[in-house]
Amino acid sequence: MKPEELTAMAEKARKQDAHFAHHIHVCTESGCVSSQSDVLLKNIADQVQQRGLKGTVCVKGVGCMGLCCNGPLLKADDTMYQFVKPEHAGAIVESLAAQPVAELVCDTKQPFFTRQKLIVRENAGFIDPENLADCVAHGAYRALLKVLTTMTPQQVIAEISASGLRGRGGAGFPTGLKWATVSKAGGRTKYVICNGDEGDPGAFMDRSVMEGDPHRVLEGMAIAAYAVGAGQGILYVRAEYPLAVKRLTRAINQARREGLLGHGLFGSNFDFNVEIRLGAGAFVCGEETALIASVEGKRGMPRPRPPYPANSGLHGCPTLINNVETFANVPAIIDRGGQWFAGIGTEKSKGTKIFALTGRIKNTGLIEVPMGMPLREIIYDIAGGIPDGKAFKAVQTGGPSGGCIPAEHLDITVDYESLTKLGSIMGSGGMIVMDETSNMVDVARFFMEFCKSESCGKCVPCRVGTYEMHELLDRICKRQATMADLNLLKELCDMVKQTSLCGLGQSAPNPVLSTLRYFENEYLKLIQSAPTASADDGAKHVALEVLS
Amino acid sequence: MTTSIDVGSESLTLRIDDKDVSCRKGDTVLQVARENGIDIPTLCYMEGLSIWGGCRLCMVEIAGSPKLQAACATVCTEGMNISTHSPRLENYRRMIVELLLAERNHVCSVCVSNGHCELQAMAVKLGIDHVRFPYRFPHLEVDNSHDRMRMDHNRCILCSRCVRVCAEVEGAHTKDIKGRGVLAAIIHDLDQNWGESETCTSCGKCVNICPTGALTHRGTAVGEMTKKTTFLPYLTLMREAQP
Repeated sequence: MKPEELTAMAEKARKQDAHFAHHIHVCTESGCVSSQSDVLLKNIADQVQQRGLKGTVCVKGVGCMGLCCNGPLLKADDTMYQFVKPEHAGAIVESLAAQPVAELVCDTKQPFFTRQKLIVRENAGFIDPENLADCVAHGAYRALLKVLTTMTPQQVIAEISASGLRGRGGAGFPTGLKWATVSKAGGRTKYVICNGDEGDPGAFMDRSVMEGDPHRVLEGMAIAAYAVGAGQGILYVRAEYPLAVKRLTRAINQARREGLLGHGLFGSNFDFNVEIRLGAGAFVCGEETALIASVEGKRGMPRPRPPYPANSGLHGCPTLINNVETFANVPAIIDRGGQWFAGIGTEKSKGTKIFALTGRIKNTGLIEVPMGMPLREIIYDIAGGIPDGKAFKAVQTGGPSGGCIPAEHLDITVDYESLTKLGSIMGSGGMIVMDETSNMVDVARFFMEFCKSESCGKCVPCRVGTYEMHELLDRICKRQATMADLNLLKELCDMVKQTSLCGLGQSAPNPVLSTLRYFENEYLKLIQSAPTASADDGAKHVALEVLS
Repeated sequence: MTTSIDVGSESLTLRIDDKDVSCRKGDTVLQVARENGIDIPTLCYMEGLSIWGGCRLCMVEIAGSPKLQAACATVCTEGMNISTHSPRLENYRRMIVELLLAERNHVCSVCVSNGHCELQAMAVKLGIDHVRFPYRFPHLEVDNSHDRMRMDHNRCILCSRCVRVCAEVEGAHTKDIKGRGVLAAIIHDLDQNWGESETCTSCGKCVNICPTGALTHRGTAVGEMTKKTTFLPYLTLMREAQP
């Protein structure tokens, strides 16, 4: 594709769009589709057809509008509707020329919508992810065009460094530094890998980005490939996301057909291709060296680092691995400049972050907020607080590698540093809110069960350590534990954290450590309320007591 | 495959346990320590095989590094200051071996490798006289289908030495690992009985390289199974000598 063809494509799509007097946008992401939004979309299209409005009403499926708990969501011109059922199609089409359907209206003036700042998700709710022309009309591939026609790879890296963007996959490594390292690594063949193996329980940010704006991810990867000197991209997506896989496959085919992927993009001498690799459901494959092994067709197990993938990754070649959300930030940074991006957020954490709000809150769904927003604002204003008049107890961030933040720390700002200071992590952005009815030892046991079954089995501390930690937590939950068990658990947590091979094992004790830090009394209560040990266990307990 | 990561002519100096030592560029901490008579315990490491880094017994402290590093997988750098023994490291090592003992059914008194077992020797060396963790007592099979060799999953510690020697030295890659976490296990071909494997050459390297009584020759009684591992450095040397 030539540069002017992209502009022409955007112009044509915009002109076509201008013919329509009305727009009806229906969310077609996994959450809403599971409540029949696909049937709703079809019914609306049928209604429009029957009423002979096809030329005046534009009906399209779009990405996630955020408030997943009230889905299916639908936007008819400026009115948003919630809990829309397929049978409401007729009423909604009718309302275009009259008053909105009052009982279905969703208030878009509520803090859930007004407090957000959209960068990665700016097009969600506006574009049809399956229609390339529509995406291009909303700015897709504009940043890639800018990069290939006006910038050198060094300038691209400088721009990303200036933006202060940090990896959105969990650890928060500076993206510009990572790109610079890969670009400086020797070797002619380099790879760019997009990590879409989002496996944390309660996290669905990356799924939404891949389903709602797949071209944005491809564009981010292409820009990264140009910056580091790679010619091949691999999108590693978990097979549990069939809709994301379908949309990405379609997006890749469209982009290839239009010459937005392939040889000599925009008349430059830059070639870039992307292929999709499906993950077979192992959480550990989110770890970069395990992911690489999986792409190579080997068993998904991590290996000791260094060498880091930046020097020796896929097939031994320098490899850049970033998360979906990280790549999705890139086009906006290139388009509006690193300085603009660096103006959002806190001193060390720039830009916005998408969070998946779940648990005991009124509004569950996806939000994108600037870094540094107080946790209280997210939970009480955006998420609408705790339902049924219950009290807030803790919020779990960072999935099985993260920790719990109790009520006394609700006023912290949400950024990489403050969360780490409290013993949790930003992680990929899952937020599970718990109210007073939650048992924190049970929460720790739940996450340990997850780690235990997701450990790859390569290193002993993680393989057997997570099993034994789960066993000890189970004893405590069942009121069968003694103080010696608790001390052993603490000792085990320290050993597993210090000696495990990869991030999975090193962070597996975090949910235990953070619940112990803020809710040790719950552990003690369960231990103290344990019935006295029976005669059979007596000897064992005595032996343990002596040792501890 | 050699265990040194990059053989260069440059040499460097470093400190291990307050002893000044020299090494070649690309040598690992474990190699240099052993060369200088400093013992770092290992179970999954085997000279002549690729680095696995799974047993975590060789974790060492490196001054200036907040994280512990596995000596087998860490390449020496100029001026490194390493300590291989400290109360903290000893404690971790003991816990790791305790975990291994609790994981499967390691009953020395009825084991063919009793007295010739690396796991048993390690437990003795680290002063383990009891295990604090709940035993798993898993129900595991013994694969007795091969006419000369036997695989007893009850005594396997998943060090993967057999997998690596089979793939890297014999070139058969009959063995691999299935499953996750504590359910991981050594398999033959596509999880078939060993005796039915079409790729196994019955070379017996896996038996000799196995640190415990998991892989043994048939027809051995308690304490009779001794292993010979000297073949491996010899084979590696021969391979390197070839043009």
